[in-house]
Amino acid sequence: MDILLAITVGGLYAAGIYMMLRRNVVKLLIGLGLLSHAANLLLFTAGGLVRGRVPVVPDEGAWPLVIVADPLPQALILTAIVISFAVLAFALVLIYRTYQTLGTEDLDELKATDT
Amino acid sequence: MDSVILKTAIRFLLPLLLLASVFLFLRGHNEPGGGFVGGLLASGAIALYAMTHGAAAARQVVRVPPRILIGSGLLFALVSGVAPLFVGRPFLTGLWTTITTEGLGKLHIGTPLLFDLGVYCVVTGVTLVFVFSLLEE
Amino acid sequence: MLLWLLAILIAAAVAPTVNRVVGSLGGGSLGGWVLAVVPAGVFIALLRLWPSVVNQQDVSVFVDWVPALNLAVSLRLDGLSLLFGLMVTGIGALILVYAGAYLKGDDRLGQLWMLLLLFMAAMLGLVLADNLLTLFIFWELTSITSYLLIGFNSDRPESRASALQALLVTGGGGLVLLPGLILLGLAGNSFEISTLLTSAEPIREHAFYLPMLLLILVGAFTKSAQFPFHFWLPNAMAAPTPISAYLHSATMVKAGVYLIARLHPILGGTAEWFWMIASVGAITMVLGAVLALRATDLKQVLAYATISVLGTLTMLLGIGTEATLVAALAVLVAHAFYKGGLFMVAGAIDHSVHQRDVRELGGLRMAMPATFAAACLAGCSMAGVLPTFGFIAKETWYESVGHVAGSGFLAASILSNVGLVAAVGFVCVKPFFGRRTESTRHAHEGGLAMWGPPVVLGIAGLALGLLPTRISELLAAGSGAIAGRAVPVHLALWHGVNVTLLLSLLTLAGGITLYWILRQGQLHRLKPYFYFFEGVTQYGPSRFYHWLLRTVNQFARGQTAMLQNGYLRFYLFTMVGLTVASVWMALGGELRSHLKPMPFDVRGHEVLLACLILAAAVVAVRATTWLLAVGALGVVGYCVAGIFVLFGAPDLAMTQFVIETLTVVLFVMAFSRLPEFRRLSTSATRGRDALIAVVAGATITVLLLFAMTVRSSHPISDYYLAHSVSEAHGRNVVNVILVDFRALDTLGEITVLAIAAIGVYSLLSLRPSKQADGEGDAAEGTEVSLRKGVPGTQFDSTAGHAADQEGV
Repeated sequence: MDILLAITVGGLYAAGIYMMLRRNVVKLLIGLGLLSHAANLLLFTAGGLVRGRVPVVPDEGAWPLVIVADPLPQALILTAIVISFAVLAFALVLIYRTYQTLGTEDLDELKATDT
Repeated sequence: MDSVILKTAIRFLLPLLLLASVFLFLRGHNEPGGGFVGGLLASGAIALYAMTHGAAAARQVVRVPPRILIGSGLLFALVSGVAPLFVGRPFLTGLWTTITTEGLGKLHIGTPLLFDLGVYCVVTGVTLVFVFSLLEE
Repeated sequence: MLLWLLAILIAAAVAPTVNRVVGSLGGGSLGGWVLAVVPAGVFIALLRLWPSVVNQQDVSVFVDWVPALNLAVSLRLDGLSLLFGLMVTGIGALILVYAGAYLKGDDRLGQLWMLLLLFMAAMLGLVLADNLLTLFIFWELTSITSYLLIGFNSDRPESRASALQALLVTGGGGLVLLPGLILLGLAGNSFEISTLLTSAEPIREHAFYLPMLLLILVGAFTKSAQFPFHFWLPNAMAAPTPISAYLHSATMVKAGVYLIARLHPILGGTAEWFWMIASVGAITMVLGAVLALRATDLKQVLAYATISVLGTLTMLLGIGTEATLVAALAVLVAHAFYKGGLFMVAGAIDHSVHQRDVRELGGLRMAMPATFAAACLAGCSMAGVLPTFGFIAKETWYESVGHVAGSGFLAASILSNVGLVAAVGFVCVKPFFGRRTESTRHAHEGGLAMWGPPVVLGIAGLALGLLPTRISELLAAGSGAIAGRAVPVHLALWHGVNVTLLLSLLTLAGGITLYWILRQGQLHRLKPYFYFFEGVTQYGPSRFYHWLLRTVNQFARGQTAMLQNGYLRFYLFTMVGLTVASVWMALGGELRSHLKPMPFDVRGHEVLLACLILAAAVVAVRATTWLLAVGALGVVGYCVAGIFVLFGAPDLAMTQFVIETLTVVLFVMAFSRLPEFRRLSTSATRGRDALIAVVAGATITVLLLFAMTVRSSHPISDYYLAHSVSEAHGRNVVNVILVDFRALDTLGEITVLAIAAIGVYSLLSLRPSKQADGEGDAAEGTEVSLRKGVPGTQFDSTAGHAADQEGV
């Protein structure tokens, strides 16, 4: 499964980067979304895959005897998911406002407005 | 979205979803769940309500303005961080106490719970700001 | 001693309030007297330590700051520090009073007092510091505060330019100084100056000696306006006169001299020391004196004369015999008294008649008698006339130089002094004698606060000349600190008729003659010499400074235009390309040895999920409508959540699931108002981008596979798993990590979330146009000006359109 997920992550990265290289800001945003999924999945895969074993200590004070999924990458990814949601929302609003103010979604036309 | 079915369905779903979010939040320390997912579920439910009934109605349901939610959430988290300083422990150290109640048995209450409540409030508030701001455009 | 610094800093903090309160009580500029109490108190405290310091008992304070880094705040008061400390606080107190009169009624008076006090604290800290790094910090603080002071008239461009120039030159010197001090600390194994004193011999023989000396000297020379860094000092005269009188006579410019003196017992006594410092000092000394005669502005004359004296001090310290060290301190003290006084005189004249051009001044003797008296006292001291302290200083100077180094230095000294005597004529004689001119017709004397301080300084100069025994003690202690051993000093006003006295008389005669020639308008005869000096010195470094400034700016603009060309995809391409290249450079050799065959253990539903993700990604890329793209993005998100479920991460799965729903909702809300996709790029561009993307994706795949093969155990997680229940009373380890073990990270994260919410809120809800709608036509102006700012017709039409829509 490791290899399969690695290929999936690579594919997601390729799709995300391709979309972010577009001139259309809307596509850029979709690319950003794909890229954050890719990054989360990358962390998850790199942290080690354990099928179905939830990192919950079974009973008070007991030490989980079986190998469970690594909780640390999960905690990292949990925050990453929420943060990338906030970033995406901010970028969305920023682009929406840009379009509203400047009337174009073409990045090449947006490059000189601040000079 | 003027579908009557959807409107009605969501009016009934809203309390259930909110209840589920509180449940997820409360059990988070021992079972999957917690402040993040709880807050997201709550705001998701309100977002659905806002999309069908309008942002103004949704604001009525929440009562507390989202920015107050964000501020108080940060405050809760900070308080839970500062509290241990007063008993000579490092910043953000968990402080725990056990309360025995009728019916529920022994309950562990600690500052991490307050911290998680802060996370819950911030996440809810932030998402609601996103949703309301875009809806009210 | 820390208390002194603290007291001055507190005084600085309350200075604006004092100004307001005293002003509202009708006290006008009396606040200066109030604030002057603080430096005066420190002055008295320093005086009370005089006896113990003179008896070679240093007073020191040591506060450990970061012991692991050898950082400490350590202060020490010895003869040299005491001498400088007395000047800084004593003249500082007078300046505060004087500044109150000078800027009477100006709103910025409180600000001026505050800056002066801040500078005073920095300067006092500098001369008290016993740790090289502490010294450096105070050094930089004087640069920064003097930047603010020189640029005090911030509404004038030339004032700002001068301030910037002073900051760049002295700050640049500071940057050079720092490595020099660090080298010194490394060579001597300590950053405490008092410790370094004991290991002077090995430091002088250390391999770092020459580089550290050069670096430190560049720092000292820039600060003390030595050739070729002298050009910033005359320009700094753009500051109001109280500032010039303080910074450029008694204190800041002497910091470089102080540093040379302070490090003399450690680094001095070598041939390199002698030649580099003495020659630069001598050149500066002559140059300053000549250029002083070229100037016509009172303050410029004084500034160049100051450069000349700074050169003298540097030269005397460079020569470094006991006698020249004593002479250096004597000149230093004399200069502080007379130059501070003369600057204040120049300020008083300027304040009274709003004219500083020497050619336009005359006949002020009767109108401003007290100022004239102060000018006479200071002028006599500057010219070295009996019985002022300036005379004693000059005698000591001639005597010491004459004994040492052959005739070169002595001749240069006499030459520079002839120039200075002539300069005294321009500053103290020309404005006060002769007929009144057009500009001086309405001259009037200022208040006590205006003429009092220069008179006090002038009388002090006279008193020290008549009774030089007490100051001899201090000079002995000071030069003892510079020499590193006890130095006997016996200053006296009258040494009998000897060669030195004759040289003094010769100097006076020469100076008076020179003044007479220049006054008679015979300037054209001397002009070629001036042009020579101007061409060689004044123009050279100054022009280089401007060239450097221009070139750096051009370079910055050029590389910004190249690297930051405004195309987002160019930035992305740079980042992705560099990442891919560096990954392959690092992996290149090791890849083959590490990539072992992995067990291909896959289940059907997992393959299905992975394929679904890839298929959805392809759909998102190829979508022609935004709805399809958003939908495909949602599918990717849900499938990722599915993978989280399969591999033991229910928390992630739940979060991802809700987030994905919310994301799709937000996208739909926002995108419904955005246009449909247009084809914006050619197929060639698409092919190129696709290639970049595929290479980057493949790199990530390889990197991930590589990372998995080199993985070791998970020690941190084991700790969390083992202690989750016992220490944090929670069984869901992921949540426990978030809210307990790593709660600080989470605190940071929710803060970021709040900031994102503020960003969205301010972008959408706090819009000028939205508020303006309610106000109606009043907003029209801002709307128009906003539109004007951006070129292009398309913008105009759409902005108008948007505004119309909102109006409806």
